[in-house]
Amino acid sequence: MKKTTRIILSIAAIAVLLAVLLFLQANERDYGMVITIIEKSAIYAVVAVSMNLLNGFTGLFSLGQAGFMAIGAYTFSILAIPASSRASVYYATGINPIIEHAELPIPLAMIAGGLMAALFAAVIGFPILRLKSDYLAIATLGFSEIVRAIIASPQMNTITNGSFGLKKIPEFPNLLTVILVAAICIAIMVLLINSSYGRAFKAIREDEIAAEAMGIGLLHHKQTAFIISSFFAGIGGAMLARFMRSIDSNTFKIALTYDILLIVVIGGMGSVTGSVLAAFLVTASKEQWLRFFDEPLVIGGVSVPFFKTGLRMVVFSVLLMVVVLFFRRGIMGQNEFTWEGLFGLFKKIPNLFKGKKKKEAI
Amino acid sequence: MSENLLHVENVTMQFGGVVAVNNFSMDINKGEIVALIGPNGAGKTTAFNVITGVYAPTNGSVSFDGEEIICNFPKGKMKKLYAGENNGVYTRTIEKTPDKITKLGMARTFQNIRLFKNLTVFENILIAKHLREKANVFTSTFRLNLAEEKKMKDECNELLDILGLTDVKNDIASSLPYGQQRHLEIARALATRPKLLLLDEPAAGMNPQETIELTQFIRQVKDKFDLTVFVIEHHMDLVMDISDRIYVLDFGKMIATGTPDEIQNNQAVIDAYLGVQEDE
Repeated sequence: MKKTTRIILSIAAIAVLLAVLLFLQANERDYGMVITIIEKSAIYAVVAVSMNLLNGFTGLFSLGQAGFMAIGAYTFSILAIPASSRASVYYATGINPIIEHAELPIPLAMIAGGLMAALFAAVIGFPILRLKSDYLAIATLGFSEIVRAIIASPQMNTITNGSFGLKKIPEFPNLLTVILVAAICIAIMVLLINSSYGRAFKAIREDEIAAEAMGIGLLHHKQTAFIISSFFAGIGGAMLARFMRSIDSNTFKIALTYDILLIVVIGGMGSVTGSVLAAFLVTASKEQWLRFFDEPLVIGGVSVPFFKTGLRMVVFSVLLMVVVLFFRRGIMGQNEFTWEGLFGLFKKIPNLFKGKKKKEAI
Repeated sequence: MSENLLHVENVTMQFGGVVAVNNFSMDINKGEIVALIGPNGAGKTTAFNVITGVYAPTNGSVSFDGEEIICNFPKGKMKKLYAGENNGVYTRTIEKTPDKITKLGMARTFQNIRLFKNLTVFENILIAKHLREKANVFTSTFRLNLAEEKKMKDECNELLDILGLTDVKNDIASSLPYGQQRHLEIARALATRPKLLLLDEPAAGMNPQETIELTQFIRQVKDKFDLTVFVIEHHMDLVMDISDRIYVLDFGKMIATGTPDEIQNNQAVIDAYLGVQEDE
């Protein structure tokens, strides 16, 4: 396939996507649910790619994403809630005078959220990045829970509003803004992955000892990856706060990390397009496509058992098990989306029905 | 005598109660090919790992190109356990990590090939160029170092060309035949622009024909890149053919050193390899 054909196809695809988004935005009232799902998916995609940067590209098994999202979300919210409505948010315990008037423009507050997460990553990364595999996972998991506990603690009442949570967070003006912010974040991470540093990260994933012998400082590079990943997790947290409009410490439970991990695994460890694709698939199926399992189903006058609230999650979990058992490398494996790959897939479909003859020829 | 490049002084490496390398000293001068041989388990690879910074020695010091890169003395638990010599001679601790040592100009290959398996041949080489990169993570991400990036890629293409790996440039490293993987590992080491190339059993698992090719290959890259080579090897044909000098280790101790001819006729070496008849 020629390069120009590829570029034309990409531009066409982006134009179609943009048209769909504009259409949805124009008819906001009729498509509320779809818009919500797309927004949530885009936010999850950012966090999933940031997690993939660590788990899939650098080979560091980290489970601290929810913690960094919480730091990002809270930093953002504290700086972005309009000063005029702060008194009503902190009605129970009062507001700490230091943050009472600290209000930043929304884009700056989001970046501040990311930077705060990155700062925490830099501090905890120094000791814990010496750990390998499971131990790193446990340490980051612990960190994430500590963050949550501190946020909810009564001592932090005047800053984080403790267990009451924060409300009146300025929301996204429209769907396109969400997509734009997500696209910028993901684009920066893609640029990083394809740069010289990204290659060094992949080298660490492939073989730490060889990477070190080739002059790649392990701790320095792992820390760089960790800080950048946390920065974008923080931005993702800020986006989630804007999306939800009110957050409390329970928003950032371990379950959130698992949701993101699922997306990364289903999309394929080490594939950015896989993560993005999976973010939309998983969120959509969880929120919408599998929803009919939750409602009573009557076929021919007989009510089918088990079709009641909660079955959706059971089906979802079974699907996950199937994915992990039979498609261990996820949707994309370590590959990225290409037009050739897509057309190759279409060509393969007829072969599936032709049976064995074709296989022997290969 | 030409200039000294690597100076190893009284290196002892002790794991618990086992002395793997005992009081090992050696010198490598610029432009030489030096071999380290010895029966299995003699401590050759351990010595190698000490020189490249993978292990910190229990005692002793290593200097590279006039700079002391490694120095250590028994401390902590080892103070009581230490069974080697020259205790108390060294009092400083210098432990450069392998990446810093590679930056100084020492590159190595591994006994059991350690390529970046799922990446292409070209990427494997390109990664080795990363250590000389001047751009930081921001300039690199936002492509503000295009000239440097292009230079890196050009150098890699040139290197692949010289080493005859251009046809397999876009293949996944693990899909290459064994002999080519060995070549690629050497090529990757060369991409870091070393002064000293350390080869850990480069001919392991190769048949005689491949060994001859490898011998020529090592000679060729040595001349082309103006290298000094330090090699651990079991294939005596290769060792006797290419080395200027040979060190022989047995049970962690150096038992002989000299030119290939001297080593071939050295009684201690013959005994170490073939065993000694014990008189009743």
